[in-house]
Amino acid sequence: MSDYVELFNLAKVYPTPTGPAVIVKDFNLRIQKGEFVTLIGHSGCGKSTVLSMVAGLNSITDGGIILAGRELAGPGPDRGMVFQSPSLLPWLTAFENVMLGINQVLFTSPKHERQRIAEYYLSVVGLADAMDKRPAQLSQGMRQRVGIARAFALKPKMLLLDEPFGMLDSLTRYELQAVLLDLWRRNSITALMVTHDVDEALYLSDRVVCMTDGPEAEVGDILPVTFERPRDRKAVMEHPDYYGLREHLIEFLEVRAHRRKASHPDALPQNKSNAKQYPGCLSTRHR
Amino acid sequence: MKAEIFLKKTDWLILPLIGLCVVLLVWQIVSITVAKELPTPAKTWAASKSYVLEPFAKRGEMDQGILRFTWYSLVLVAKGYALALVLGTPVGFFLGLSKAFTKTFDPIIQVLRPVSPLAWLPLGLVLFLGAGKQASELGALFTIAICAMWPTVLNTAVGVRAVPQDYLNVARVLKLSRSKTLFKVLIPATLPYMFTGFRLSLGIAWLVIVAAEMLTGRPGVGGFLWQEYNALVYEHIILCIVTIGVVGFILDRLMSLVERRFKTA
Repeated sequence: MSDYVELFNLAKVYPTPTGPAVIVKDFNLRIQKGEFVTLIGHSGCGKSTVLSMVAGLNSITDGGIILAGRELAGPGPDRGMVFQSPSLLPWLTAFENVMLGINQVLFTSPKHERQRIAEYYLSVVGLADAMDKRPAQLSQGMRQRVGIARAFALKPKMLLLDEPFGMLDSLTRYELQAVLLDLWRRNSITALMVTHDVDEALYLSDRVVCMTDGPEAEVGDILPVTFERPRDRKAVMEHPDYYGLREHLIEFLEVRAHRRKASHPDALPQNKSNAKQYPGCLSTRHR
Repeated sequence: MKAEIFLKKTDWLILPLIGLCVVLLVWQIVSITVAKELPTPAKTWAASKSYVLEPFAKRGEMDQGILRFTWYSLVLVAKGYALALVLGTPVGFFLGLSKAFTKTFDPIIQVLRPVSPLAWLPLGLVLFLGAGKQASELGALFTIAICAMWPTVLNTAVGVRAVPQDYLNVARVLKLSRSKTLFKVLIPATLPYMFTGFRLSLGIAWLVIVAAEMLTGRPGVGGFLWQEYNALVYEHIILCIVTIGVVGFILDRLMSLVERRFKTA
């Protein structure tokens, strides 16, 4: 399969009075069509910066992003975004929140068709009875369901998820992970998610991309997750490889994510190849 | 036990009545001891009775029922207030949206904001000197509008700045056009702040009307107050003060009802 999304030499630099602050540097990642890729790393490492650059909400300092053969410039509804806080407009009902995007993207379709789409996605995420409620009347989990419906309803080329379940309790999180996985599979959509939850990454993804700590965060390690799909949480967690992968990720986050900084307390690292820096990676870095 | 419950249930009525009685008592004492010219409550009522009991009577240009005067004042306030909102809301939006606009005009706004209506009114009259008979009304409108618009301007600006980045990101991801972003995201998100500004502006407009009428001699509560002061009918000054207070209170309550409706939305 060909690469559907390509992030090449992506960099984000903020100018500051004390000199440029390099948040992300030389970030390379290729994603295949229909693949579910997760970025994992410590908070503040720059993973959300990468995601918001893909979303077009944050400007790209250097490098570029190609989606379906075209370089991205700015935000657009071809990338469905699920935010950490559901970001629903509180004065609109769940239905109207979903319709806002549909009206914008599918404005050529007749009205009843657009309404049907909104109703369909809201009922798929389990909100058939709550469509006319405002966000204030919905639980946090239900709000995020609306957020997911809103993203999928636009039939985007790519789905971007910024710690979508970070604000939920664990039971709700499990429910919503299953809802997301089901929708993702049915729509065979390419997805890029940011999380710091190791179990969430392993349950959902085809590949887990570990990021080193910022500043100058880059791809530290890429871990393929090959549990067969469709996945069942219990089956995944009981899989003989599960704890090996989990330990690998945790070990990366606990030890190796910091290593570069520890060995070069103040000097900028010269070594661009992470594979060399992290001998013993399960997988090799792309390129 | 029963008496206690009864008191609890009726204290919303009884306590304010006690407060009123205390004030009336103090007024009575002051008027018979220190300030002999101050009419007592009973005298005030006797002199004001006809104005209150026939609130819409019209016996002459400056001798009308108190509610008829109030109506004149309210009409003028409504016009000036509408002008203040029409001018103030867009200025507030520009201030909230544009840093350059803020840097350019904020110092001027901060300097003009504390200027008293009494200072603006003569300027208003000068501005509309050419308008002849209309001059006093236009001058009053100008004064109400320019004094009352600041809370609307500032609250709208704060509201626009406080629109969560999340909502704006939604608009950006969906590529909403500028006007759609304004009408579907910015304005609804700012409404609660705008209405706080509208309520405060209305309070100021009502304050200004009295001053404007006093200086221009227009018929209205303020004009009547000033005329009766000159005519040495001090009872009517108190009647006017009470009327102004009650009307201002009612206006504020009405606005906060509207405001609350938008807060929950």
